[in-house]
Amino acid sequence: MPDQLSKSTLTHLERLEAESIHILREVVAEAEKPVMLYSVGKDSAVMLHLARKAFYPSPPPFPLLHVDTTWKFQEMYKLRDRMAQESGMELLVYHNPEAQERGINPFDHGALHTDMWKTEGLKQALDLYGFDAAFGGARRDEEKSRAKERIFSFRTASHGWDPKNQRPELWNLYNARKNKGESIRIFPISNWTELDIWQYIHLNNVPIVPLYFADKRPTVERDGMLLMVDDDRFPLKPGEEPVMRSIRFRTLGCYPLTGAVESTAKTLPEVIQETLLTTTSERQGRAIDKDAGGAGMEKKKQEGYF
Amino acid sequence: MTDIVAEPIYKTDALIAEDIDQYLKVHEHKTMLRFITCGSVDDGKSTLIGRLLYDSKMIFEDQLAALEADSKKVGTQGQEIDFALLVDGLAAEREQGITIDVAYRFFATEKRKFIVADTPGHEQYTRNMVTGASTADLAVILIDARKGVLTQTRRHSYLAHLIGIRNIVLAVNKMDLVDYDQAVFDGIVKDYTEFANSIGIKEFTALPISGFKGDNITGPSANTPWYKGPALIEHLETVEVNSATDAEKPFRMPVQWVNRPNLDFRGFSGLIATGTVKPGDAVRVLPSGKTSTITRIVTLDGDLDQAVAGQSVTLCFADEIDCSRGDVIALADNPPQAADQFEATLVWMSDEEMLPGRPYWLKIGAQTVTATIQQPKYQVNVNTMEHLAAKTLDLNAIGLANLSTDKQIVFEPYEQNRTLGGFILIDKISNATVAAGMLNFSLRRAQNVHWQATDVTREFHAGLKNQKPAVLWFTGLSGAGKSTIANLVEMKLARMNRHTFLLDGDNVRHGLNKDLGFTDADRVENIRRVGEVAKLMTDAGLIVITAFISPFRAERDMVRQMMQPGEFIEVHIDTPLAEAESRDVKGLYKKARSGDLKNFTGIDSPYEAPEDPEIRIDTIAMTPDEAAEAIVARLIP
Repeated sequence: MPDQLSKSTLTHLERLEAESIHILREVVAEAEKPVMLYSVGKDSAVMLHLARKAFYPSPPPFPLLHVDTTWKFQEMYKLRDRMAQESGMELLVYHNPEAQERGINPFDHGALHTDMWKTEGLKQALDLYGFDAAFGGARRDEEKSRAKERIFSFRTASHGWDPKNQRPELWNLYNARKNKGESIRIFPISNWTELDIWQYIHLNNVPIVPLYFADKRPTVERDGMLLMVDDDRFPLKPGEEPVMRSIRFRTLGCYPLTGAVESTAKTLPEVIQETLLTTTSERQGRAIDKDAGGAGMEKKKQEGYF
Repeated sequence: MTDIVAEPIYKTDALIAEDIDQYLKVHEHKTMLRFITCGSVDDGKSTLIGRLLYDSKMIFEDQLAALEADSKKVGTQGQEIDFALLVDGLAAEREQGITIDVAYRFFATEKRKFIVADTPGHEQYTRNMVTGASTADLAVILIDARKGVLTQTRRHSYLAHLIGIRNIVLAVNKMDLVDYDQAVFDGIVKDYTEFANSIGIKEFTALPISGFKGDNITGPSANTPWYKGPALIEHLETVEVNSATDAEKPFRMPVQWVNRPNLDFRGFSGLIATGTVKPGDAVRVLPSGKTSTITRIVTLDGDLDQAVAGQSVTLCFADEIDCSRGDVIALADNPPQAADQFEATLVWMSDEEMLPGRPYWLKIGAQTVTATIQQPKYQVNVNTMEHLAAKTLDLNAIGLANLSTDKQIVFEPYEQNRTLGGFILIDKISNATVAAGMLNFSLRRAQNVHWQATDVTREFHAGLKNQKPAVLWFTGLSGAGKSTIANLVEMKLARMNRHTFLLDGDNVRHGLNKDLGFTDADRVENIRRVGEVAKLMTDAGLIVITAFISPFRAERDMVRQMMQPGEFIEVHIDTPLAEAESRDVKGLYKKARSGDLKNFTGIDSPYEAPEDPEIRIDTIAMTPDEAAEAIVARLIP
């Protein structure tokens, strides 16, 4: 944003960017073995872009870790591989072997799918590689329990989170000292909102998965959710026939768990326009938040979900 | 839903639907304001924040539906929407109905993005408010119009002022419950003005509002025709932010990370604390004082021709001068100072009280050093602002103390520079953040006391005695056998013509340390003094034997750091508590168990056993003489 530099007051995006870069650098300076959790969604895309800015002209000095469920959209796998190559970073893909062996999938196993592939898979991957610090792209505006989580969030050796025992974070001073067995989850984009993310992607031409833009795609409607039939593993019920609809996604996860919205927004400004005029929150299309009532995410976090 | 007075004026911008490109252009130039809200559960703080989110359309339909359902189930507003439920996040506190931590909320208007730190008003939570305030440009102090200026109002205002917030908003809330009476409002403003002046708050903006009904939140309220000032949002949209004033100050940037992808590139990365920087600027690296010139400001989007306070950048120099993490790059002809002794204001944030003399990590900017704090000069009663005498600081206490660091740090007084003046203290064992602090100024004596070099060196002293100096540091429970074994060790060494001196815990307390008791703070000072004496004795060439319980790892490590490498030998006289208690040579355990003796190690005061001592003596497996023999054999093989 060079045209802004003549002024001494930074814009909100400039301040958010500077804060996130500061956090990324601080972790690299103080942690022994950091990693970036990369989910290929728009928040991950911005986090990765910030990392590339933070360490330019060096590539970000840590690998990308994708805790995969094998049920992501094909377009996500494509962008993931492309971004790893463009950024010059090592890409680690982890599959929970037990989930793989038991054939855990979102159609037959419900909540177990998320538990095993994501929550357990993440813990296993962190333990396997011995990462002591993991960047995550969570934002405080997403969910109430995240609003109170620190930017540097400590986890016990068993990856649990204790919301009552968080370190105070003053100014931009972060205490990254760990006790034995502890690890840190770091959220560099904590203070960004969904709109900030979209504006930043727009201004910086950050590459994102094309599924965020509307296109004709094969869909079926189930329990009020529009699901995309992304591959032939999608078990169609008797009489169910995929219908081509112009849809896009506000959030991306496993394709059988992620609801689409009908839309004609084909460009970023149109997507932002829709976001601003819309009346439902972005996680509404995700099944995970609905478990265990309003405290669902908080409970998941205590168990080790990112 | 039935009773909302003011329609939110900034709800949905028509421009979004009409011309999204133009809208985006405008919004890319928004600025950001961070503020805190201070008040108690009863002042309607959560309701006000919920209202701001609601009015700025940060609440979506699905959330609103959940809110309406929750309001009926657990709300405190009958059938009406309880905005507080939007804000109270964690399950535990939802059950208790109180906010227990710092939470951050976001909303935006046409002109600004806002980050709200929601900080609780409970007395025991000073630490949370200071945390929330540390990143804020502005503080909203909430008052219940029915109650007026309370003790907690004074406390919140004092803390906001202490942490350097210069924009104070006095929001007199619940005006609907006093019939929008101007006299009530004026009376509160008068009371508050008097108090504010007394603690140095020169300016504040007072508003009559109702978070519940929406008066004077987004626009003027018909219920308060007598009020001519701005609505809360208008004020928040126009007040000046800190980063603007920081840009006017001289250039300073703490170096976070050295960027060295290959031999041809060396850049220094950091967040600019104050000032501006351009290629061609002469800069000085501190504390070394070396100078160079900026050649480039490197970013992924191309080099910049200028960068300002608040930006994260990477700078390149014209010369190959030393510069690493923790150094500060500053304007060459106006650099900050470095020092190692300071007066500081401390806010204690740990359940474990401050121990004067104990070494803590001190992190300031990108510098981390070891610091020890002296006994506080005073503690501030945050309700009355009185200065009280204090020996230590406990959770939520605020006090003034001198501190010293083991290395010089580059600093500026907090009042001038939050980045180079604000610090945190970290416990070296638990790694917890135990305090926040603000450097007020450096102490002159640090600059005026110099080390006097002497010609008869410590090597010469040791050579005369034909021995290698050492400290045999005995640690263990009372009654473990420290003094007995230490005495035997000294006798054996004396027979070998070694020059020794035995410092015994009880004996030292008859003289050098007779002013000290047995609190944690006094135990730390006891060990510090003994450590210093032992150090002088090793300089004189002696083999020093000390017999002190020395219950804390941190202080034993501190003494270890004082000594020359290899000269500190930690001897753990390892006797189980039950065994020491059954011996009870001095009858002290009996007294401690009956409550006649307080702060007794092992009973009501902790003992932290060494994790990796040079020598461990198991007094159940060995006689005192065997133990002494083993120690001497280890010292003189």
